[in-house]
Amino acid sequence: MKAGSNLEKVLAAGHFAVTAECGPPRGADPEPMRKKSVHVKDNVDACNVTDNQTSVVRMSSIAGCLHLQAAGVEPLMQMVTRDRNRIALQSDLLGASSLGIHNLLCLSGDHQAFGDDSQAKNVHDIDSIQLLQLAKMLRDDGKFPSGKEVKGPPKFFIGCAANPFADPYEIRVSRLALKVAAGADFIQTQCIYNLEKFERYMQDVRNRGLHEQTAILAGVTPLKSAGMAKFMKKNVAGMDIPDEVIKRIAAVPKEEQAQKGIDMAVEAILRLRQVEGVRGVHIMAIEWERKVPEIAKKSGLLPRPQV
Amino acid sequence: MIVGNAKPIEEVLSMIEPFDKLIVAGCNGCVTVCRAGGEKEVQILASALRLAREAQGRPVEIREVTLERQCDPEYVELMRPYVGDYQAVVSIACGAGVQFLAEHFSKTPLLPGINTGFIGVTEKQGEWSERCQACGDCVLHLTGGICPVTRCSKSLFHGPCGGSVEGHCEIDKEVPCGWQLIIDRLKALGRLDLYEKLRPMKSWKTSRDGGPRRIVREDLI
Repeated sequence: MKAGSNLEKVLAAGHFAVTAECGPPRGADPEPMRKKSVHVKDNVDACNVTDNQTSVVRMSSIAGCLHLQAAGVEPLMQMVTRDRNRIALQSDLLGASSLGIHNLLCLSGDHQAFGDDSQAKNVHDIDSIQLLQLAKMLRDDGKFPSGKEVKGPPKFFIGCAANPFADPYEIRVSRLALKVAAGADFIQTQCIYNLEKFERYMQDVRNRGLHEQTAILAGVTPLKSAGMAKFMKKNVAGMDIPDEVIKRIAAVPKEEQAQKGIDMAVEAILRLRQVEGVRGVHIMAIEWERKVPEIAKKSGLLPRPQV
Repeated sequence: MIVGNAKPIEEVLSMIEPFDKLIVAGCNGCVTVCRAGGEKEVQILASALRLAREAQGRPVEIREVTLERQCDPEYVELMRPYVGDYQAVVSIACGAGVQFLAEHFSKTPLLPGINTGFIGVTEKQGEWSERCQACGDCVLHLTGGICPVTRCSKSLFHGPCGGSVEGHCEIDKEVPCGWQLIIDRLKALGRLDLYEKLRPMKSWKTSRDGGPRRIVREDLI
């Protein structure tokens, strides 16, 4: 065991893992986090806590993780390189591990141009792959980049994101290989709506044996409506939603579209589970966490294994 | 070259508000090429300031000067004989020029007439874009001659991020994705092998992060 987190144990035992995501609130009230935790508790192996996603200021990821932890949910801390230099990142890694947070997702973060504070300095001292390497160095070598000893190395099961659909496609698998080489224990993918394209991607991933070196968790986001699907297709960079998917959800009356979205997410999970090399699913029910239990149940993912 | 852009005339007028005898100083270097601070722009700015102050009923006397370069002491010193006769200097050179004049003429207020933009190139008539952030440790031989620090909005050393779409950056459809450019170029050079190499964390000591920089060439001293 590298970190001994529940997620690591579930994967090590060969189970199909389930993670979800809870975004912290835009305020200091812990109640929204507690409310969200109820929906994921016992339904996932670990739950991501986002780090100022879309560059909008929110409660910190570490604090959000602690609220989940107190509610009995294993947290998975997202950490972006946009806002902190390597000094602050390392310090927060030590702090998070000391608080019992043992899953980490390394990201570069959405550019600050998207958020309310577009005038902020963007730090990007290191990138997400270098953060992966750094976390691994602290954990495995017990050394800081300076070579000095870490007194009590942090324990993290370390992951990063992968977008099989972003451009240019030809380096998508090479990029995954870079992340694996940097030490990614697991990968959570961007939301998958184009299953054919994802299956082709996984074939390329398998051809290089990468699926055996890291645990790939396929990302699924239930659509709430045809409108949401069209909005995401148009406005979210790197989001591949085939017209066929939009047609299917648009074909049912508006009041039934949310349910259709859930059904389609379940259908996607069942299909993704059959893809060789997919070791779990990452359910990103954005501001719709209350649907996680239904999706997990209908996908046959409950009860979660006790390891 | 260093590319600059004129400040709004209102801003310059507010800076010169306390004065009625000024120098407007241009530079024949980079800012002449990018049409922000050469002899012609000195004439235009000086005329605009005179007219505006006339209209306010507070005429201003302006001497127009354009130095060969404001970043070299021998040219800067050419202003010494007369600079004391004026209350202030509006420099429309880059920030280095403005500061160098200030260092040389300690009793004269120096006012910046342009905003210094970046180290860049002329894309076409009237359009310039950034190419170099002067990080002090060039890696262009590894990245197909395209700079990841400058051309990637996040200065990623392992790009592109998930926000690269059809060749443009997620921040703006007008901004090309730096990593798409790098990959296209590496492909054209038959060097995509360079893409799949882990790059160590960059030392920013050679960049501004290490504090104000200097280069000393013993062989030239």
